[in-house]
Amino acid sequence: MKTNRAVRTPGGLSVRLDVRAFAVTVLLLAVALTASVVLIGTGDFPIPAADVIRTLLGEGDAGQEFIVNELRLPRVLVGLLVGASLGLGGALFQAISRNPLGSPDVLGLGQGATAGALTVIVLFSGSANEVALGALAGGLVTGFAIYVLAWKRGVHGYRLVLVGIGVSAIVTAVNGYLLTKSDIVDAARAVVWMTGSLDGRDWDQVWPLLALCAVLLPLVLANSRGLKMMEMGDDVSYALGVRVERVRLVLMLSAVLLTASATAAAGPVSFVALTAPQLARRLTRSPGPNLVASLCMGAALLVSADWVSQRAFGADQLPVGVVTGVLGGVYLLWLLVTERRAGRI
Amino acid sequence: MSDGSTRGSGTNHRRSTVNRLSAENVTLAYDQRVIAEQLSVEIPDNSFTVIVGPNACGKSTLLRALSRMLKPNEGRVLLDGQVIQSLPAKKVARTLGLLPQSSIAPDGITVGDLVGRGRYPHQGLLRQWSAEDERVVQESMARTGVAELAERYVDELSGGQRQRVWIAMALAQQTPLLLLDEPTTFLDIQHQIDVLDLCADLHEEHGRTLVAVLHDLNHAARYATHLIALRGGKVIAQGAPNDIVTAGLVEEVFGLRCQVIDDPETGTPLVVPAARTARTRHTAQKVAATGAS
Repeated sequence: MKTNRAVRTPGGLSVRLDVRAFAVTVLLLAVALTASVVLIGTGDFPIPAADVIRTLLGEGDAGQEFIVNELRLPRVLVGLLVGASLGLGGALFQAISRNPLGSPDVLGLGQGATAGALTVIVLFSGSANEVALGALAGGLVTGFAIYVLAWKRGVHGYRLVLVGIGVSAIVTAVNGYLLTKSDIVDAARAVVWMTGSLDGRDWDQVWPLLALCAVLLPLVLANSRGLKMMEMGDDVSYALGVRVERVRLVLMLSAVLLTASATAAAGPVSFVALTAPQLARRLTRSPGPNLVASLCMGAALLVSADWVSQRAFGADQLPVGVVTGVLGGVYLLWLLVTERRAGRI
Repeated sequence: MSDGSTRGSGTNHRRSTVNRLSAENVTLAYDQRVIAEQLSVEIPDNSFTVIVGPNACGKSTLLRALSRMLKPNEGRVLLDGQVIQSLPAKKVARTLGLLPQSSIAPDGITVGDLVGRGRYPHQGLLRQWSAEDERVVQESMARTGVAELAERYVDELSGGQRQRVWIAMALAQQTPLLLLDEPTTFLDIQHQIDVLDLCADLHEEHGRTLVAVLHDLNHAARYATHLIALRGGKVIAQGAPNDIVTAGLVEEVFGLRCQVIDDPETGTPLVVPAARTARTRHTAQKVAATGAS
């Protein structure tokens, strides 16, 4: 059962390939793309998958082209990007805190972004774009606060989780206060935003997300080998020559940015960041942060959840956040029960 | 520094008498708690140096400073004549390896994978797993006797096997200097000796310099070629065990009355604590003496 293959070129390039992890990643990517095609075809005006693909390749008729390229494609792309960002952000946070609970949902980043969005909605009655900016700012401020509060000769796992839970509680209280202050129209808008939804997302949301991913993904991957060493504890990684503090700072900042921008685009879609890395790890059965597999898992999960929410609950769609919340909650319970059986909690 | 002048005006010549690793007048502290002040230690090249001393004497702290885990508040740690913090992290990691007291084996990692992670300082973004890496990993596992465990999960090994795996990982780093923080803790006597034998082999084999913190003074006296005895952050004595381990030293360092006899197996010093009655009488005398003064 030797699953590692070394790939070497005469020029001195060499990588080690975990065959199973690679296969899982490719499979997840295929699932995400298939779900996207199916999702694009779903709606008041159903389009067969073959037509969707033909239209995406630029050979559809004008009517389908409008529906696919202008209405549904951006929404699906936002879903893919948000899912990928949440999956990657969650994997990074869980690896840095060495704790499956150390994910952005639990640490209060989602709540922080919500506080930013609510402030804009309730106090300034801002536009959708302003709400997104508010959410981004809220997430960044919360991430910064957690980092500063958890800082003590380096951020350590349990400390990060505990501080995050504390921050999350405070921010939730602030959110409650903001909601009680708001009038009924703003409150309704706020609640829809807080559930997390992909409704009405268009190209304006796609580009910033895509740009951010294009910058952050190479940065994260370049630091991922150091992160893999950090699983063995700070001392071992220092001994192996990893610049632990620098790697941690770069990766935490990237994770906060990914999570905050995903939340700004789709609202706090719950539990994807928590579950995607854990599911990916169980599928690849590979130690290490499984960053790329988590990213593909996040994208596949979110798009599938969106399809489920549209399909099962009809055209007047249930926000995707409700579906991921239900799925994630069940998963979290299962995780806690199995961890308890394994004697780890 | 008289011999410095005889070397002429060479700018960056290191004197050949200078050892590769040393601490110069270091003050070591965690936050406000000072562990050692103005401590200077030289690690003789090609030695098996063992640091001993009572609990909280600063031995692990000293090891952390020597391996650049802890930055001295004052003074400096020198590796090959340069301040260790000023050297590139991976370069240090190719010269000096450390086996910390507690390390975490990631969930579901195999022995082969864990040992392979020791190759990190020799790898880069484009050169992630060369044939050389593969060879060194095999060799390190063979050297520590864990080759047949390569496909097993680290979680399912015994304590002794696990320690061998971690040592194999440190070996895969291929460093001429290897620091070990209490490598025998939590092992039963058979595995303690097993690990120490392995250390002695590694030391003899390539003239590798080993520095270990050990709790057991008799193990230290038997295996070390150079012993450093610490108390309260100060070096009380250092040298070959046969030269420095005496009843007087043990009493000074550990506050324990004892006899030192020749180890019947190896001829190295063997510390035999005084019987309880003898020690209590001694304490009573001391109390009486202080009471009288």
